[in-house]
Amino acid sequence: MSTVLLHVASVSKSFGGVEANRDISLTVNEGSIVGLIGPNGSGKTTLFNSIVGYHPVDTGSIRFQNKEITRLLVPDIARLGLLRTFQQTRIYGKMSCIQNMQISMPLEEHTLRSVFKALPKKDMQEIEDMLAFVGLHSKRHLLAGDLSFGQQKLLEFAMALIAGPKLLLLDEPTAGINPTLINGLIDRLKVANQELGITLLIIEHNMRVMMNITDHIYCLAHGTLLAEGSPEDIQNNQTVIDAYLGAH
Amino acid sequence: MFDNFMILFDAPVFSIDLLVNGMLIGAIFVLAAYGMALVWGVMNIINVAQGEFVMLGGYVTLVVVKLGLNPLFGIPISALVLYAIGWLMYRSVIYRVVDRDVFTSLLATFGISILLAQLTNQVFGANVQTIDTGLGTWYFMNGDVTVAIIKVIAFVLAVFLGLVLWLFLKKSRTGQAIRATSQNPRAARILGIDTHRIYATTYSVSAALCGAAGSLVVMAWAVHPYIGLPYTVRSFMVVIIAGLGNLPGVIMAGLGLGVAENFAGFILGTEFQIAFVFLLMIAVLVWRNFALRRQRKYLK
Amino acid sequence: MKIYHYIILLLALAAPFLLPDYRTQLAFLWVMIILALSWDILGGQMGYNSFGNIIFFGIGMYTCAVFQRDAGLSYYPALLLGMGLGGIVAMLSAVILGNALLGMRGHYFSIGTLGLSIAAGELAGGWDFIGAGSGMTTPMFPGALGDRDIFFYFLFFAWTLVTFITLRWLYRSRFGLAINAIRDNEDKAEAMGIYTTRYKVVAWIISALFLGVIGGGAGNIIGFIDPKEVAFSGSTFGVWMILMAITGGKGTLWGPVIGATVFHITQELFWTLLLGWQRVALGLLIVLIVLFFPEGILGWLRQRYPQRFAANSIKPDQAS
Repeated sequence: MSTVLLHVASVSKSFGGVEANRDISLTVNEGSIVGLIGPNGSGKTTLFNSIVGYHPVDTGSIRFQNKEITRLLVPDIARLGLLRTFQQTRIYGKMSCIQNMQISMPLEEHTLRSVFKALPKKDMQEIEDMLAFVGLHSKRHLLAGDLSFGQQKLLEFAMALIAGPKLLLLDEPTAGINPTLINGLIDRLKVANQELGITLLIIEHNMRVMMNITDHIYCLAHGTLLAEGSPEDIQNNQTVIDAYLGAH
Repeated sequence: MFDNFMILFDAPVFSIDLLVNGMLIGAIFVLAAYGMALVWGVMNIINVAQGEFVMLGGYVTLVVVKLGLNPLFGIPISALVLYAIGWLMYRSVIYRVVDRDVFTSLLATFGISILLAQLTNQVFGANVQTIDTGLGTWYFMNGDVTVAIIKVIAFVLAVFLGLVLWLFLKKSRTGQAIRATSQNPRAARILGIDTHRIYATTYSVSAALCGAAGSLVVMAWAVHPYIGLPYTVRSFMVVIIAGLGNLPGVIMAGLGLGVAENFAGFILGTEFQIAFVFLLMIAVLVWRNFALRRQRKYLK
Repeated sequence: MKIYHYIILLLALAAPFLLPDYRTQLAFLWVMIILALSWDILGGQMGYNSFGNIIFFGIGMYTCAVFQRDAGLSYYPALLLGMGLGGIVAMLSAVILGNALLGMRGHYFSIGTLGLSIAAGELAGGWDFIGAGSGMTTPMFPGALGDRDIFFYFLFFAWTLVTFITLRWLYRSRFGLAINAIRDNEDKAEAMGIYTTRYKVVAWIISALFLGVIGGGAGNIIGFIDPKEVAFSGSTFGVWMILMAITGGKGTLWGPVIGATVFHITQELFWTLLLGWQRVALGLLIVLIVLFFPEGILGWLRQRYPQRFAANSIKPDQAS
């Protein structure tokens, strides 16, 4: 089980004069859970944006399932099975939770007919199960915009899961979530990885979560790759500790 | 249409006439665009009623002349009256939409635009009106190039007003507060700037600027109740070509638009001049959008 | 079908016989409803406020009139084919314009469409083939005057039914959810793999079809096509459609219908009392509604009585 799913090779990205990412390479193996850590402003979200095609990279290449995706557009990449969630949660606020899930269901075939026909009833069971899985079943008829921030985060997670991605990029999944619910979220991430077979690449500041679930961690600082290794290695790596605590 | 095009080759001197007069009216576009950019940049509102302020400025000057005053007095009076109207608009409508989504403000200012245009139509009638300042005309090159003196005055005043506003924003206390608010309204509020007062000032100053511009328009050209929307669209176009906060760009784009419009009016016939303005705006939008799409799609 | 559907249907069928003096106005009610419904596809459901949808109304009107003038057919086939052709030409325009304009977001699109509708009126006013500034006259109705109104009433009613039922079906399909998603968060929709531009263009094409067809009919019931005052009349129909949709409640299926009905009745009853100040009142009305009543009648009812008015367009899973 060490097929490479995502391969980022020497990616650089600048905004004006600011180098947000410089020569970053990382690899995500199929079936793994990989963590991406680093102090605020170290370029983690920029890297996510580059991977999903939100903005073009300056140099370097990104391959997903051995397919060059560097130049593809956002929806094309999403349809290959590479999805992301947002740090500032994005859901469809004026639609009910169920509608949010319905539009996230992948189409079996992309024909005009399937777009214009009535929504298939058979999807409902799957949607309700998924909402129950993240603990939103009782809220399913509410407008997504009326949910609390943490609930919206869970909804966005459920939307990503039901879309059936091969690789899911999660941008700070536990930020803003009630600490007592974090253990539940860790379990759900594990279930998503093991039972649904979704490979995960996670940005997270909560080290307890990262140590608990990841197989491998990359650490960014000032736009460059500072260190990589197993959670234990990273935990004991002096440069990583310095970067986080601000030593020079 | 083709004949007119050939005239420009046979008698190049006409081109100079079109060029000079185009730049003169372009100065008015620069003023209106500056007003729009101010409101847009500071309040994040695209003020569809911007052109109506220009139109109203013209009508205020008409009233001033009817009262027996020299039309040149119309310029400061129009600016003052429009400042007051802008302030009223802000206090009654705009402050309710300034923090809401851009559609709400767009629709609300669209409503104001209709309201002002139709109100003017009811009060003053739909006729084209102008003021003869009696200042005469300069003739150059055996009379092939004619420049009304009032147009030159309008140009000079437009440049002057633009400079005054630019200095006001750069140097004055209020101007600094306006710039701070445009960059980050929340931070400005925390630092003790009364942002609603700043917004009111911004909106009123922008209206006053357009009022002065309108006063120049009625003297050098003409006004009727429905010239507002074309001015809004011209301002919008100038701002999207130049970008927000780019004063040299606004000047270049405004003058360029004046020239382009004058040539188009000559070649296509004046009945298509307004259509040209609107189609040009769409072309500019599509071109800008295309450029942005390329940026997202391809690597640089 | 629910009981109120039958009641409305029955009322619609009986109206021209109950109120024989108002047949023209009643026929025009359907035009207004279609204007509001088709604006709401983009403005309400997709969150793209178009200020220029009137362009498709005008295109349909001119296409139909030119076809009637030049095709050499007798009245009825010329009218019906002309209306159909009007819809097709409007759709084709929407394909071209949509690809050019709908790549832009929100307010750029709004201003762009505003410019488009005015440019269309100016161009039509200078084009001799369609009568330029002096406009076009549509052919005389061959039958009696009373029959004419009945004919147009039921013709427009039929097209309104087609429009309404089509939209009802669309809003319950994946298409409806997709354009709602675009309204709520277009970036998210793209990130989830939805080709948003395609959906946006298709939505505009559908809107153009309904407008183009009814434009052809409306030109005939008015009898005279003026480029700026009838066909591309930004200051009347063009603004009305926005106002009606918002008044009734944008983003809902019934909202535009309710809004158009309320507006049309109000207009017919009270508008003449304003003695020429109608258009001033229109501007004021837009400002007031946007400021104080942005949710519209249906939106307000929904907030007041969520149980009774949470319409099935919000919960397609519960609709049958």
